[in-house]
Order: sequence, then structure tokens, then C-alpha cells
Amino acid sequence: MASETTTPTVLASARPARPALRYAGLLWAIGIALLLPLFTAESYRLFQLTLAAIYAIAILGLNLVTGYNGQISLGHGAFYAVGAYVAAIMMDKFGLPYWSTLPSAAVVCGLVGYGIGFPALRLGGLYLALTTFSLAVAVPQILKYKGIEEWTGGVQGVLVFKPDAPFGLPLSNDQYLYLLTVAIALGVFLLARNLMASRIGRAIMAIRDHGLAAEAMGMDAARLKTSTFAVSAGITGLAGALSAIAVEFVSPDSFQVALSITLFVGMVVGGVASIIGPAFGGLFVVFVPNLAEEVSKAAPGVIYGIILIAFLFVLPGGVAGLLRRLAARLHR
Amino acid sequence: MLNRRTLLAAGAAAIAGPLAAPRIGHAADLTGVTADEIKIGSIFPYSGPASAYGVIGRLQQAFFKGINDAGGFQGRKLNFLTYDDGYSPPKAVEQARRLVEQDKVSFLFNTLGTPSNTAIQRYMNQRKVPHLFLATGADKWADPEHFPWTIGYQPSYRTEAQIFAKFMLEADRNAKLGILYQNDDFGKDYVNGVKDILGPRFDAMVKPVSYEVTDATIDSQVVQLQSLGCDAMLTAATPKFAAQTIRKVFDIGWRPKLHFITDVSISVGAVMNPAGPEKGVGVITAAYLKEPTDPAWANDPGLNEWRGWMRQHMPDADQTDGNYVYSYGVAKCMMQVLTQCNGDFSRENIMKQATSLSGVAIPSLINGITVSTSASNYHPIRQMQLAKWDGHTWERFGGLIEGAG
Amino acid sequence: MNGFLHQVIAGIATGGIYASVALALVMIYQATHHVNFAQGEMATFSTYIALTLVQAGWPFWLAFVATIGISFCIGVLIERVLMRPMDKAPVLTHVGLFIGLVLVISNLTGWVFDYTVKPFPSPFHDGPLFGGLVTGHELGSTAVTLVVLGLVYLFFRYTRLGLAMRAAAFNPASARLVGVRVGWMLALGWGLASGIGAIAGIMVAPVVFLEPNMMLGILLYAFAGALLGGIDNPGGAVIGGFAVGVIENLGGTYVVGTELKLTMALVIIIGVLLVRPAGLFGRVVLSRV
Repeated sequence: MASETTTPTVLASARPARPALRYAGLLWAIGIALLLPLFTAESYRLFQLTLAAIYAIAILGLNLVTGYNGQISLGHGAFYAVGAYVAAIMMDKFGLPYWSTLPSAAVVCGLVGYGIGFPALRLGGLYLALTTFSLAVAVPQILKYKGIEEWTGGVQGVLVFKPDAPFGLPLSNDQYLYLLTVAIALGVFLLARNLMASRIGRAIMAIRDHGLAAEAMGMDAARLKTSTFAVSAGITGLAGALSAIAVEFVSPDSFQVALSITLFVGMVVGGVASIIGPAFGGLFVVFVPNLAEEVSKAAPGVIYGIILIAFLFVLPGGVAGLLRRLAARLHR
Repeated sequence: MLNRRTLLAAGAAAIAGPLAAPRIGHAADLTGVTADEIKIGSIFPYSGPASAYGVIGRLQQAFFKGINDAGGFQGRKLNFLTYDDGYSPPKAVEQARRLVEQDKVSFLFNTLGTPSNTAIQRYMNQRKVPHLFLATGADKWADPEHFPWTIGYQPSYRTEAQIFAKFMLEADRNAKLGILYQNDDFGKDYVNGVKDILGPRFDAMVKPVSYEVTDATIDSQVVQLQSLGCDAMLTAATPKFAAQTIRKVFDIGWRPKLHFITDVSISVGAVMNPAGPEKGVGVITAAYLKEPTDPAWANDPGLNEWRGWMRQHMPDADQTDGNYVYSYGVAKCMMQVLTQCNGDFSRENIMKQATSLSGVAIPSLINGITVSTSASNYHPIRQMQLAKWDGHTWERFGGLIEGAG
Repeated sequence: MNGFLHQVIAGIATGGIYASVALALVMIYQATHHVNFAQGEMATFSTYIALTLVQAGWPFWLAFVATIGISFCIGVLIERVLMRPMDKAPVLTHVGLFIGLVLVISNLTGWVFDYTVKPFPSPFHDGPLFGGLVTGHELGSTAVTLVVLGLVYLFFRYTRLGLAMRAAAFNPASARLVGVRVGWMLALGWGLASGIGAIAGIMVAPVVFLEPNMMLGILLYAFAGALLGGIDNPGGAVIGGFAVGVIENLGGTYVVGTELKLTMALVIIIGVLLVRPAGLFGRVVLSRV
């Protein structure tokens, strides 16, 4: 990893407006593809897809700060953990409804992200990457700390319950949770897309690509970086809260350093600095480890690592990079 | 593929299922059992930080394959499906649901890890799927009132700590005990066990100090306990750190009157020899398993049975690894349950037989220790025996100790 | 007070471990401007190679040299086969590759060499000295770290090759213009870093015992030491490593308790970096527009 100069290879600059018709058609296709599993997939598959959607949200959060803003974070699992614990504690200790935990988790993580980002982002580059990585390693230990054990349940963690579908909807709770997660994911993805297409989004990318020039033009780089970090942490925290509800359990062991690595892998595989990329990243991190296990029970980790390396060899720009190339070919 | 209505019905049943009191004996649930096979599910960390335990699952794969190659069990094939959870609770939930809902196994067997099992325990009980002989030493699995479908296997860490504390009080009522424990559920159970016995005297008598698995060494903690004036020591650490502790305690010239060590870390090959066999003289443990590298068992018929099996089925495996002995024993115990089922492999009957074991002898257990369960006793192994390291081998002393249940 | 002194000395002994690994990290940074996350796993793998040779009856120092040679070749090979073709890929893809490498090597180590804890022989008189505060091995391995540090310093400072490697890492385009074969310099850098990693592994293993995850925690503290001292300064990294060892012990014992040792080390490092962003002994790089 690298030096101060980040290469601006993947530039997702504002695209020319597409014909409205094709855009609508695309949305319909996506909508149907997302709803289809609701009626065809077994509930275990739905659960997996729910997890994939949750990871996709978390990866999107990471992508904002790392992909778009060029600040490498290897510790986003920390915000995922905080979000999950906020949700679990609110539900278990205060008996609050599940839906109220989602915005709370996002806000709390946003604040935590702001607090951590404020000093950490002044480090930049490699130092930031390693500092956030240490944060990811320290998280389980902090969660176990005896001073907060009364709330976090210490090493035993906290058990929560899945919500039933509201308004007497004829859905199982796996179906409902899938629907809820996908709806939230869509909302977050649209918001992120609009944010990145806006003036602020361009400023965020300008800071990544030409930091000094951006500052010379009057952008407050430090403030913008910190705010991006906060938004990114908030989105990842929201995903964490959803994961606590879906898995119905949080414990320090759920948020080991491997989680942060998983999010990072999802981002790179899906495509750095891409809005749609994290969706593929989410699918990758849920399904590919199972695939690796089918290949070899003796050492699934080796196979997973080889698949990851091979994937990056074939698609250095991730799935989104491939889509972009295909789209470019179609448009020619 | 399921259509939507059956899905809804299944979902509703899952929600409606009460947590307590299954009515064992009602309509038999024969999921996972056909005329020619029984599907068994299991979850192990084959990757990730706890991969060392993956060997337990690997032996069981070879074990059931061996039975199938020899013609199966009572005419049925034992189809053993085992998945990786990387020691991560969310992944364990995913894999448990895969086994129960997609593969439709009859029961889960020997799933590993306290966090992973905590995450799936409620699900297993809602679904009324037997959740048998968990590979964890936590105390909480014996709760038939709330979780009748979950049963543990080995004596709990907490029981072992209670045995140590009682022994210490008999030797010296005013000892000052230092506890070095791993900061997780495993280590904390030892602190709790000592607390159970000492009660209000705990704070005055005991100085607990923790370490993290990410620590490089435990030198600082050992030095700290010595300088606090402790004259007894309890080490609740995994093998690497236990070996470091024994060596460091000796090297700094600290000679605590008593030094207890968890039975997780009594391997001669992986703990005592690396630490230096002479440095651990006098260390006390409470064991229930035979340790394969202990010369005391060189000619033991039970372990010889295991050695013969290993040579035949896993010739390349590392025979100094005690996890293989553990795994072989618990697989044997499982076979006893299936034999007792007497052809009725409904989930209800499997659970009933798993909780009706009486005095089953298993080759991997210290001679005299047996497996017993009942509808109210969900502690299959309750006995341990104290042993002292004499520089070459673990010398057992005293009779079998029955742990609190 | 005696306890305090003991903690300091134990901290220095543990810090020696961090220092040797931190040195390997600085080495690869100097030669490639990458921080290799797989460094710890590669070092562990090398240590297993050394153990295999020793168990096959090789004399210790011969096995030591052979292991460094083998590790050097593995490092060069990884650069040629994995990193070179991905030269043009985005930086974040490189980090993804490192993660893949960590997964492959760590799981491979466990698969090939088993997960049981293994003792590793020490070439030094391995008994307690000075009332058990330090072992002969700890003194010996610290000496080895210092010797390696000296050699690294001389190599980069006074040899043409060392200078060419630094140039290739610092400014590949200009280096190429003056005739440095940049590609091979990077490969050499990987080889050297991997060799130094092997030395660190062999020196650490007798203290913490050998198992596949041996380097997991150590690498983190070594990172901290390297950052504290300055990632581009070998001497600073060594001092940083010792400092982290002492800070960790004193803070854990007297300030926050052993549960938050790591967190506290983290906070201190961020604090230092805020005041001196390039580390205590690092060079501040000015960027020109």
C-alpha cells in the first residue's frame, strides 16, 4: 500500500444523463430482480441474501471514504460493531422497537466516526490505514471491557429477537427482514449516488485526486474529509444494526479483525469508487467462502485466498470496472 | 422448491414454537433420516483464528467415512455434513440454518465454540432439532428447562476451577491466589469458578490478571502477579501461553506453593516439553481425557484402540495432538446414542437417548470416568481427576472428583 | 519499585521482538514503498522451514542461512509472479492482493505444518540471567537485531545497489532514466524483506513458541513501533519497537489494566503522530505542486 500519491485510475465522474426511458427500464429490472427471491427462495437463502445486502450497505459506506475520498480505512468493522451493539442494547436493555435502533445506530456511528476521523484523517495514507487496522484489532477488546460490561454483556454478548412483519402482512420474518433490508439498501444506494453526483461529491473526489489543487481552490479539505468519514461510518453502522437484528446475537467474537478485512475485500472485488460495486462485493463475501469450502475442506482459507487473488488478476477494477468496460463497448 | 404457502407455514411454526418444554413423544420428526441414510450436521472453524480445532471435525469426517466404508450403521449410511464458520457467530447462524433448512439434517453434533453455539442455541430449540455434545467447556449448556434440545459434553471450565479452589483451601486457608486468564468466555469461567467457592473472600484472596490472544508474551502479567505477593497461581491459558507461563514463573525464580493449570493445556508435546519439563514440576491439573503424549498412557488399551484407528484411517495426522483423542471419544459417544436409538431415529428419540446414557465407558476418558445423562442431568461428563506433573508424566492422585452440577 | 524495574526490563525484552519485526517492515517500505500485510505470515512460514531443516539434522546456523536464502527466493518469486503483473492496478487492489496473500500463506502454514504448538531451538545459552529478568536468548536475539540493523544501514547508505533500490522505490520514473532496472530492484527489495522477516521469525520463535498464528499480535505491535519511530528510518523503527514494549507493560500494569493494553498503545501512537506526523525519527516529506 502506498505512498501519498493515489493514482486516479477509476474516475466515476458525473455521467451524461441517459435517456429517461432506458433508465426507468433499468430500475424496473433491478426491482424485479430484487423482489424475485422473496417468493422463490427458501428462507435460508433469503437469510443469506439479507446478509449480502447488509454487507453491501457496509461496503458502500467504506467505499465512500476509501474509494471516493482516497482515505484507506482497514477498520470499518469497528463502526459495524458499534452499530450492532447500539441496536442490541437499545432492544435488549431498553425494550425499544427495532426500527428505532436503525437511525440511532447511524447517528451514533456518525458521531464516533467524526470523533475518530478528526485526529486520524490528519495522518493520511499509510498511517491512516495502519491506525484504522489497529482500531479493528482493538474493538473486540474494548467491547469486553468490564467498565461497560453491564451494557454489552461482556464476553457473553447480547441476544435479541427478530421482528415480525408489521400490519399483519402475510410474510415470514425472514421475508420481512429481506424486504426491509433491501428497501433500506436501495435508499442508501440512491442517496450515495446523488451525493457523489453533486458538488460535494465532486469535491470529495477532487481531494482524493488532487488534494493540494483542491485546497488551493478554496475547499476545506480537512473538514470535508472528516465529514465524509462520519457519513461513511454512519452508513456502515446502520448495516451493523441490521446485522444484529438479522443474526439476533452480538458478541465480541462477531466483530474480529477479519470483519474489517471482509469489508475491504468486498469493496475491492466489487469495484473501488463505484456505487453499484458494493452490491457485488456483498454477494462475493457471503457466497464465495462457501464455494471455497466446497472445493477443499482441508484448507478453505487457502482456496478463498487463491480465488480472491485470481479475481483481482482478471478484474483489477472489480465487477464495476467490468460493467463500465461493457457499457463503454455497448455505447460505441 | 417450496411454494410460498408452505414457506409461510414453516415461518409461522418457527415463530410460534415455544421455547420451553418440548413434548417428546409426539408425532415423530424423521427429518434427515431415510431407509438408507442418516444426515448429521456439524460446524467447525476450518479457517480463521481457531483453525487449530479444525482437526476435530477432520477426524469425525474420517470416522463416519470409516463406518460407511465398512458397510454403514445398521444398514444406513451416516452422511456427515460439516461446514466452516471461521469461529464467527454470524457465520455459524448461517451454517446452522443451511444444515437444518437446506440440507435437512437430523441433528447437529459437536458444534464448536461458546460464541457460535450461543448464537444458534435458541434457533435449534425453536426448531426442535437436537443440538448434541457441544465442543465447548462453558457451563451454560446444561439448562434442560429452557433449552431441552441442547446438551454439552465435557466437564465445564467452571467446575474445574471450583475443584482447584477447594483443593487450595484445604492446603492453605490463607493462600493468596493469582489468576492469569485469557480475556474471553474460556478464561472468565475460571475466575467465576473460583469466585463460586471463595465467595466474599474472593477480593481479598485473589488477584486476577488477564491477557489477550493478540499479546506477544505474558511476561508482564507473570511479573506483576509475583510482585503482588501471590503464593499460589492458576493459569487459564491456551497451550502457547500456558507454556510461556510455566517457563517464565520458573525463570524469574518465583516458586508459588501451588500452581494450577487448565486441562486445556496439559499436552506434554505442546506445553510441558516446550516450557521445559523440569520447569513445570509440581504443576497441578484436573483432567478427564487421556493425554496422547503422556508416557503414562503408552500401553493403555483405550488409547491403543485410538492409535490403531488413527494408523488405519488418518495415517498422516499428528498423533501428539490431543484434539484427535477428544474427537474420537465424542464420536464414540455419538455412536452409543445411535445404537441406543434401536432403529427409531426420530429427533425426539435421538434427544431422548442422548439424555438416557448410563455409565458409558469411552476409550479416551481416564479409566473410571464414564458418560451419564438423564432428563434432568445435561452434564454428560461430571468427573475429573487431579494430577501433578513430576517432570516426565502427569501423576494422578486422589480419587475421581464429582463436579458440582 | 522492584516491580516497576522488572516491568521495564520485561518490556525491553518483549520490545526486542517488536523491534526485529518492525525492522523488516521498514526494510520493505524502503525498497518498495509498500507495507506488506503478509510479512508476518511469510516470516512464520520461513520459521517452519528453519525448524524442518533443524529437525532434519542440519546445524543451527547452516539452517539459519539456508532459510534466509530460501525466504529471499520466495520473496523474489512473489514479486515477480504476483506483484509485477499488477503493477498498473490501483493501490487499493494491491492491498486486496496482500490480503489474499495473508489468507493463502497463513492457512497453508497450518495445513502443511499442523496447528500444534512447537518448541523452537535457540542458538544461544537459553537460561535465565540476572535473576530471571532476561534470558540468554533475549540478549542474543537483540544483538542479532542490532547487527542486522547495522548491515541494513550500511547497505542502503554505502552500496550502489542499496542506493539504486532506494531510488527505484522513491522515484521509479527518474530511476529508470538514469539506468536503474526498477523492476528487479523491487524484486530484490521483496527478497531482502522476506529474508529479514525470516531472521525475525527465527529469533522470535524460541520466546513465544512456534504456531501458525505466531506473528498475528506481534505484527501489530511492530507496526506501531515502526510508525512511532518513522516508517522510513530503520534505527527509529528499532527504538520504536523497544518503546512500544515498555509502554505496553507499564501502561498495562499501572494505568489502564491488561485488558486495554492494546487500545492504550493505539491511543499513544495516534497522539505521537498528531504531533509528529512522520514519526519520532522520520523525515518530513514536503510535497511540491
